[in-house]
Amino acid sequence: MPELLEGSQAIARAVALCRPSVVCAYPISPQTHIVEALSGLVRTGKLANCDYINVESEFAAMSVSIGASAAGGRVYTATASQGLLYMTEAIYNASGLKLPIVMTVANRAIGAPINIWNDQSDSLSQRDSGWLQLYAVDNQEALDLHIIAYKIAEELSLPIMVCMDGFVLTHASDVVEIPTQEQVDAFLPPIKPLEKLDIAEPRSMGMMAGPDVFTETKYMAHQVMFHANDVIKRVTREFEEAFGRPSGKPVRVWGPDGEDRPARQGEIAVIGMGSVMGTMQAVAPTLWDRGVRTRLITLGSYRPFPATSVRQAIGAADRVVVLDRALTLGVGGVLSFDVRRSMARLGIPLHSVVCGLGGRPITEQSLAETLTRGKAGDLGELEFMDLKTELVGKVG
Amino acid sequence: MAKVNIPFMQTGTLVVGNRLLDEQDRSVQAWQDRASSLTHGHRACQGCAEALAARWVLDTAMEVTDGKLMVANATGCLEVFSTLYPESAWKIPWIHSLFANAASVATGIAAVNAVTGRGDIRVIAQGGDGGTADIGMACLSGMFERNDDVLYVCYDNQAYMNTGVQRSGATPPAARTATTPAVGRQPGNTFGQGKFMPKIAMAHEIPYVATATVADLRDLEAKVRTAMSHRGARYLHVLVTCPLGWGTKSADSIKVARLATQCGLFPVFEAEYGELKSSTKIRERVPVEDYLKLQRRFAHLFGANADEAALERIRRLADRNIRMYNLLPEGAAA
Amino acid sequence: MTAVVVPPGLSASAGSSVRYLTGSWRTERPVYMSLLPPCSAACPAGEEIQAWLYEAQEAGEGYERAWRSLTQENPLPAIMGRVCYHPCQTACNRGGLDEMVGINAVERFLGDQAIEHGWQFEVPVDITLSHKRVLVVGSGPSGLSAAYHLRKLGHEVTIYEAQEATGGMLRYGIPAYRLPRAVIDAEVSRLVNMGIKIETGHRVTDFAAETAGFDAVVLCVGAGVGHHVNIPAGHAAKVMDAVKLLRDTSAGSPPMLGRRVAIYGGGNTAMDAARTAKRLGAEDAVIIYRRTKEQMPAHEEEYLEALSEGIRVKWLSTISEVDQGRVVIERMELDAEGRPRPTGVFDEVEADTVVLAIGQDADLSVLDGVDGVTVDNGVIAVDEHMMTSRPGLFAAGDAAPGDRTATVAVGQGKLAARNVDAWLRGAVYEAPSREAKALFSRLNTWYYADAPLQSRPELEAARRTSGFEEVVQGLSTESALFEARRCMSCGNCLECDNCYGLCPDDVIIKLGPGRRYEINYDYCKGCGICAAECPCGCIEMIPEER
Repeated sequence: MPELLEGSQAIARAVALCRPSVVCAYPISPQTHIVEALSGLVRTGKLANCDYINVESEFAAMSVSIGASAAGGRVYTATASQGLLYMTEAIYNASGLKLPIVMTVANRAIGAPINIWNDQSDSLSQRDSGWLQLYAVDNQEALDLHIIAYKIAEELSLPIMVCMDGFVLTHASDVVEIPTQEQVDAFLPPIKPLEKLDIAEPRSMGMMAGPDVFTETKYMAHQVMFHANDVIKRVTREFEEAFGRPSGKPVRVWGPDGEDRPARQGEIAVIGMGSVMGTMQAVAPTLWDRGVRTRLITLGSYRPFPATSVRQAIGAADRVVVLDRALTLGVGGVLSFDVRRSMARLGIPLHSVVCGLGGRPITEQSLAETLTRGKAGDLGELEFMDLKTELVGKVG
Repeated sequence: MAKVNIPFMQTGTLVVGNRLLDEQDRSVQAWQDRASSLTHGHRACQGCAEALAARWVLDTAMEVTDGKLMVANATGCLEVFSTLYPESAWKIPWIHSLFANAASVATGIAAVNAVTGRGDIRVIAQGGDGGTADIGMACLSGMFERNDDVLYVCYDNQAYMNTGVQRSGATPPAARTATTPAVGRQPGNTFGQGKFMPKIAMAHEIPYVATATVADLRDLEAKVRTAMSHRGARYLHVLVTCPLGWGTKSADSIKVARLATQCGLFPVFEAEYGELKSSTKIRERVPVEDYLKLQRRFAHLFGANADEAALERIRRLADRNIRMYNLLPEGAAA
Repeated sequence: MTAVVVPPGLSASAGSSVRYLTGSWRTERPVYMSLLPPCSAACPAGEEIQAWLYEAQEAGEGYERAWRSLTQENPLPAIMGRVCYHPCQTACNRGGLDEMVGINAVERFLGDQAIEHGWQFEVPVDITLSHKRVLVVGSGPSGLSAAYHLRKLGHEVTIYEAQEATGGMLRYGIPAYRLPRAVIDAEVSRLVNMGIKIETGHRVTDFAAETAGFDAVVLCVGAGVGHHVNIPAGHAAKVMDAVKLLRDTSAGSPPMLGRRVAIYGGGNTAMDAARTAKRLGAEDAVIIYRRTKEQMPAHEEEYLEALSEGIRVKWLSTISEVDQGRVVIERMELDAEGRPRPTGVFDEVEADTVVLAIGQDADLSVLDGVDGVTVDNGVIAVDEHMMTSRPGLFAAGDAAPGDRTATVAVGQGKLAARNVDAWLRGAVYEAPSREAKALFSRLNTWYYADAPLQSRPELEAARRTSGFEEVVQGLSTESALFEARRCMSCGNCLECDNCYGLCPDDVIIKLGPGRRYEINYDYCKGCGICAAECPCGCIEMIPEER
């Protein structure tokens, strides 16, 4: 049944439908509304057989989650920005221990300077943490991704970050379809951990690995990530069959012509993640009419990175424009880095467009201008959209 | 549950077992079928008292819980020497996550056990003094403050031994460590710094706080039993001799811990809800020098350049403990 | 090792560390020892004191096991528990901690238990097992001991006793207030029950004829003849020797001593004589001794008991003349070497009777007309096998060289018996070599609870001197058990589980009650905690050879 809900409330509802055993979080904007709502659901008994644990830091939140997951529980937490960095050590640990924790990252910039608004610097800083990262375009997908994430995480025995743009999505009210408990129960069976603390069969988890097996351990983790691509594809297909929505596709290709096909000559492949692709979808038909033909490649999965699908989707595009919401200083856009790797030797020019840092609005107008310049061949390899040059001093 | 004072039976309450006692009156360590939760093949140094204390604590808890026990371990010697893949010396469900988060991991385990109807499974978190009083203190304090159903055990060997004997917040004054060398105007660790975690734990007013040493097994076992009889957050602080870090003979590990208690420098007591409940009395009081002289980390206090001023300050610390924790038997002169 | 695919979370199975053998780190290995405890080392009768205390510690049926263990070496615990001067206790390591263990009192307790419950010795199945017959001459402590051990070894044993009753000096030299006669009778009858023949009133006068049917003979004739000195004495002076006083008193015909009695000598016999005199009605009994209290050979507790009964002592005094009703004594002083020398100063003591307690001699009349037996310094010379210079003839007890105490006699009797047995088999007896001694320095006394000695109740002095009732009472069961448990088990495992419980490497294997422990050297790192914390010091660290 469709409901008008704030994004955070929708996420809380979705998480509750997944019947977690433990919800543990430390407040940080813009994640707070999610965990506030969940604490209410636990207190009122609407989320039964679940403990909501108020902790003293994000590090503790992830650590409690690690313990709870190791004990075989379904676990949820959420954070953003500084909080994500504060728990970083534990984040790496959770994936190394193969614990299927699901965590919402309400994407937010990282300070200093302190900034509470949206970009994707936080989750992308965890690129190498061994977690899967799924990105939502809108609140419906964000909601659905949590249900999907538990299924994938528990099948792979790996943790997943569900990333959604802070404020832009978390604090935006939208009409969303909330699945029924029966639907979710049918889709998501009770957790069956690959390995857990068990008094019947005691094992030691979190061993030290010497040089003799460390490489092999990492190699296997690497292989599991490749396998994860297939699992994500399958589970999202199953989700679509069950719920009638194509949420969570690792790569979704769309053009104003309505065709789901790779880009052709004369088209610009526009690649991005999160709500920016919603904005892009709004501006694309107008541009098409002006002769700036774009093929939108929306990444639902950043880790694992669906390189093959991305390469396929780029097809025979004239050029690729990546909408980068995070910057690796001295190099360029973070997402571009991954995209460039996936299109090696295609010979197609790539333009990294850094946009929307620290909550700078990404307007339809700016996107249209940028892509128009792209069509004209005026884009550089690295562009800062809407950079106020008058505020920028001389360096060096 | 108080410590049972057994009647005189050739040896008294201080030995591990006693063939003259009924089986159930002996310590858990005396049982042929004790859990041996930490078994042989671990790579602790010769005479490691931490390995010993961990087995004592967990075997007792295994007995009390009828084998329903899970353990979260902080990074440190105890973790490294017991679990180098593919060999684990633990015979219980055990997890190591990070240095600082053992208390939180334990909270998570306890929470899941509780909500899934397995509240009968109890949880112990354990770590060294660094993982407890320094890097892990925030997580520990949070666990205390929430009164989570976890027994946290700190095996205090008074420095960062795993990384090569650097100073921790629990290193005693004047002790030489790799980062407080015995040189300069005030050799060794600084006076007036550091923290005594049991008192910090007491400040949280949790149900139970106790200290113990490897010199008194029955006292330790009784405290684990008492701790396990409570629900909520509990803290046990066990002084464990470190032959490597303290510069003691491996065979002296028990003796040195015994002297720590008998000179008054390490008070053995228990507290409930922030209130001191009892203290284990000194049996044969000895001068602090008897304790210090066995340890190379204090060698600079003696000999040609003896530091009488530092020794006097240490004596005063012992005297203060004796007053503060009422460590002398009834009728003994203070 | 075959390759194992790393599990995803890199976990490991419980206790898999057993694959890693840490024993190679070791430079010293702990080894369980069985050391000679000082009590056993000091026991003239060779009792395994610690072993029987160990059984007694278990109470209940442990008492009989203790008694059986004790009587492996000494058949007379009820007697020795009363009269032994317990060098074991003097040697006891517990004296270095608080007070020595009251071994003697426990021994008596066990002996009395045996009498009360009628415990008997096990009799060898075939009474003529060895087809050898052995004669023991004398039924004092050495004779009874020799007969017992010979009988246990399967020989047919006969004792000829010159007196009308058995026991030798036990009966005729030790007053009844120290050793009730019923106790002697009970322990002797137990020996008879195991098949030892005793002929009392049989004085051997024709050695050759009377020993003809025996394969070996053990002379245990004792030293029952009072030693005499020449003291100028008036014709009316009444002088008698202490041995006769004690013997006649024991035999039921005590001599008339008068009101005032002087006893000359400083040994235990002097104490016995003085205390007996008191009991026979003497108002004043004074001991005259030529040396000092420190030099007195009497045992401290005998002396103290005598004092408590009102006995006086004149130290540094010799009797120079005895006359009716008085004794002239000369004051002595110590020279630079501590020897007494006369001062020429004289004194008088009133005395109706003077009792001489200045030593005893062996009665060697049995050897009259026997050739080839060497007598040296008044006793029968024997070799290290207790055999005299005449093959097949052995000697033990006071008539043989050695300290003259009942316990030494028991020990010698046993040694003689074992040598006789070997000699009869054409073999040579070799005493088992004794292990290294368990010194006090080996103990970790921290583990022994503070436990004071349980003293035996005594009759109050007024009641004592009015009769021959036994002065020192036995321990209650509770006290005896407590006392047994004060034993620190020096040098021998007492199964306290310290090694098992205090091993940081979990390498000690507990084998179960009475079976002690083993060490798993595959893992033992040789830290030495087990040895350091073993209360009784029975673990030794021995360097590994590389």
